[in-house]
Amino acid sequence: MFLFDDIPIDFALQPGLGSPVWRGRSNDADDLKDFAASVHLAGGRLSALWGSDCRDIGQGFRLDVVFGLNEGHAWLRIDLPEEAPVYPDISSIFPAANRMQRAARDLTGIRQAGGDQRPWLRHGGWPADWYPLRHDASVPPESENAPTDYPFVVVAGDGVHEIPVGPIHAGIIEPGHFRFSVVGERILRLEERLGYQHKGIEQRARGADLATGALLVGRVSGDSTVAFAWAYAAALEAACGIEPSPRALVLRALLLERERVANHLGDLGALGNDAALAFGLAQFMRLKEDWLRLNAALFGHRYLMDRIVPGGVACDLDAAAAAALLVQCDAIEREVRELRAIYDEHSGLQDRFVTTGAIDAALARELSLTGFAARAAGLILDGRAHRHGYTPPPPYASLGVRPATREEGDVAARAAVRFDEIFESLRLLRRLVTELPTGELRRELAPVPNAEGLGVIEGWRGEVIVGVRLDATGRIARLHPHDPSWQGWPALEHAVMKDIVPDFPLINKSFNLSYSGQDI
Amino acid sequence: MLALLKRIAKTGIVSEPAPEAGEAKREIDRLHDEILAILGRALTIREVDAGSCNACELEIHALNNPYYNLEGRGIKFVASPRHADMLLVTGPVTKNMENALKIAYECTPDPKLVVAVGDCGCGCGEVGRLFGPNYATVGPIEAVIPVDVKVPGCPPTPTALLQGILAAVRRR
Repeated sequence: MFLFDDIPIDFALQPGLGSPVWRGRSNDADDLKDFAASVHLAGGRLSALWGSDCRDIGQGFRLDVVFGLNEGHAWLRIDLPEEAPVYPDISSIFPAANRMQRAARDLTGIRQAGGDQRPWLRHGGWPADWYPLRHDASVPPESENAPTDYPFVVVAGDGVHEIPVGPIHAGIIEPGHFRFSVVGERILRLEERLGYQHKGIEQRARGADLATGALLVGRVSGDSTVAFAWAYAAALEAACGIEPSPRALVLRALLLERERVANHLGDLGALGNDAALAFGLAQFMRLKEDWLRLNAALFGHRYLMDRIVPGGVACDLDAAAAAALLVQCDAIEREVRELRAIYDEHSGLQDRFVTTGAIDAALARELSLTGFAARAAGLILDGRAHRHGYTPPPPYASLGVRPATREEGDVAARAAVRFDEIFESLRLLRRLVTELPTGELRRELAPVPNAEGLGVIEGWRGEVIVGVRLDATGRIARLHPHDPSWQGWPALEHAVMKDIVPDFPLINKSFNLSYSGQDI
Repeated sequence: MLALLKRIAKTGIVSEPAPEAGEAKREIDRLHDEILAILGRALTIREVDAGSCNACELEIHALNNPYYNLEGRGIKFVASPRHADMLLVTGPVTKNMENALKIAYECTPDPKLVVAVGDCGCGCGEVGRLFGPNYATVGPIEAVIPVDVKVPGCPPTPTALLQGILAAVRRR
C-alpha cells in the first residue's frame, strides 16, 4: 500500500506480533526528501537512520530510515549506487537527522548532500577515509589516535565566554563533552560533542551468530538492557517468522516494567539530590536496591541482562516468586506515595523544579522526541498504549495502558510523569503476574538466510529500535540498535537555554540520557 | 517537614556490615586501620568511565546507597583525579577515551591505586572478549594504564566492588 498518496513507494506490513512496521523500498534517493516532508506534514517523527554496505551481495550501498507515524512505523530502504552513495540531507525537515547522518557517514562513507559535514563518532582514533562498516574494511590502518580539533559553533558578543565540560565529568557518569556559551551564569547555547563511548558494536556484530548478537545488544545501554534485548528478539522473530508463546510475552513485559520502575526510582532520588534534598536520594536509592535485589533473587540478574532471548525468555516465575513480586509492588507503592507527598510539598525542591529546563509540545514534536520527556511536554506517545489507528503489540494490547502526560515540559513535569509511570507500571505488574498464561518459555528460532526485521519497544526512556539483517549463512550481516537518546540529546540543548549553568545537572538528570546507547 | 522527619525515623539505619576483602579473611576494622595507616586519611576515589555500557556505573552508584554506605566507611568519590587516591575504571577503553584516561591517570597523585571494573574493564569472560583491540576499542584497562586489582562481573555487584576496593587498599 502507499502510505502517502503522492509518493509511489509500496509498503508492506511486517509479519509478526510486534508493533506495526511497514517496509518500503526505493532506488531513487530523492524520494527520501519527499517522503520525509510528507511524514513531517502528517505530524510524524524521525525514529532512526543508518547506513549499510551491501556491495558484497551486489546491492550497492543502502540507507535505512525509520519514521514514526500515528499508526506505527514506516521503514524505508533507499538503495544508493556504489559509485556515489549520496542522499539528500533531511536535517532541515527533521533536525534529529543531523547526528544520525553524520554517524552513518563516519561508519560507512554514505553521505548526505549538504548540511552539517562534521564527523560525529570519529574523533582521532581512525583515519577519515577508512570506514569500519564497509565489508572490505579489514584491519584499521595504524594511526596515532591524536585528539582532533572540533569546530564548535561559536557564540560571540560582549561578555560571552565558553565553559568546556568533559569528556570526564565530575560525577559517576558516562563521558561526553559539553560546550556552554554563557553570559555570567546564563546559558546562551549548549553544544554537545559525544561519541566517547563508541565501541564499535555494529562492526563487532558483523558475521556474529545470533547469541553473540544478543550479548552485544544487551550491552548497548546498561539501564535499557531489557528493552534492547526485546527489540532485538522482536526483529529476529519478525525476520524468521516465529512468534513467542503468550507466557514468554507476558514475562517479557514483566521484565520491561521492572526495568522502567528501577530507573524511575533511581532518577527520582537523583533529582532530589541535585536540588539539595539528599533525603530523597537516600530513600529512593534504598527502594531501588530492594527492587534490584528481588530482580536478582527471582530472575538471577539485578539489571535483568540476557533474560530475554530470541524466541522467548531465559527465566520463569513460579507461584512463590509471583507472591514475592506482588508483596513488593504493594510495599513500593506505599513508600513512593509517601515520598511523592514529601516531594510535592517541599518548597525548596519545587522552586528548583518548576519552569526549569522547559520544552513545549511543538518543540518536542519538531525534535522527534519520544518517551517520558515527550509525554511530559504534552505528546501522548507511548508504544504500550492504544491510540488512534494504533494497537499495541501483545501483551500490552489487553492491558489498556494509560500513558502519563503533563503539559509543562519542565523538570517538575518530567518528575511527575515518572511518579505516575511508576504507579501505572505497578498496576501492570500486578495484572501481568496474576494473569500469567501457561506455555513454553522459549521456541526454537532457526535463522532464515538473508531475512531482515525491525523491532520497536517502548523502553523506559522512549522508543528503542533494533534493525537486523541476516546473511546467506544465517549469521548477522547488519545490526543497528537505536536508543531514544539520539532524539533526547538535541532536546537537552534546547531545554537549558533559558536557564543558568547551576541548573544544568538538574535538567540533565531529569532527562537522564544514555551516552553509550547513542555512541554504540 | 514532619512527614520527612517521620520517614527518616521510620527508615532507621539500614546499612549492612562490609564484606570481607576477597580471599583474605580480615576484619573490617582492621581494613579501616590499614586504610588510615597507608593513606593517613579516608580513601578518595575518582571514577572514570572509559567506555562501559553504564551498567557498571549503576552498581558503583549503588555503593553509595544506605545499604552499602560507602561514605560511612570513610571512602568517598571525588570530582577530580587530582583529589583521588584511587581510580575506579570501567571499560572497554574506547579509542575516543584512551587519551582522557591516560591524562586522568597522570593527574592522580602518587601513590595511586587502580581498580579495573567489569568483564570489559578486566578483559575476561564472554562479554570481556567482545571488545578490542579493534578500530574503536583498545581493550581492557590494563592495556592503557597499570591495574592493581580487577573486579570482574557484568556488572559486578556492589559487594564485589567493595571487596575489590578493600583488596586494593590491602595490597599497598
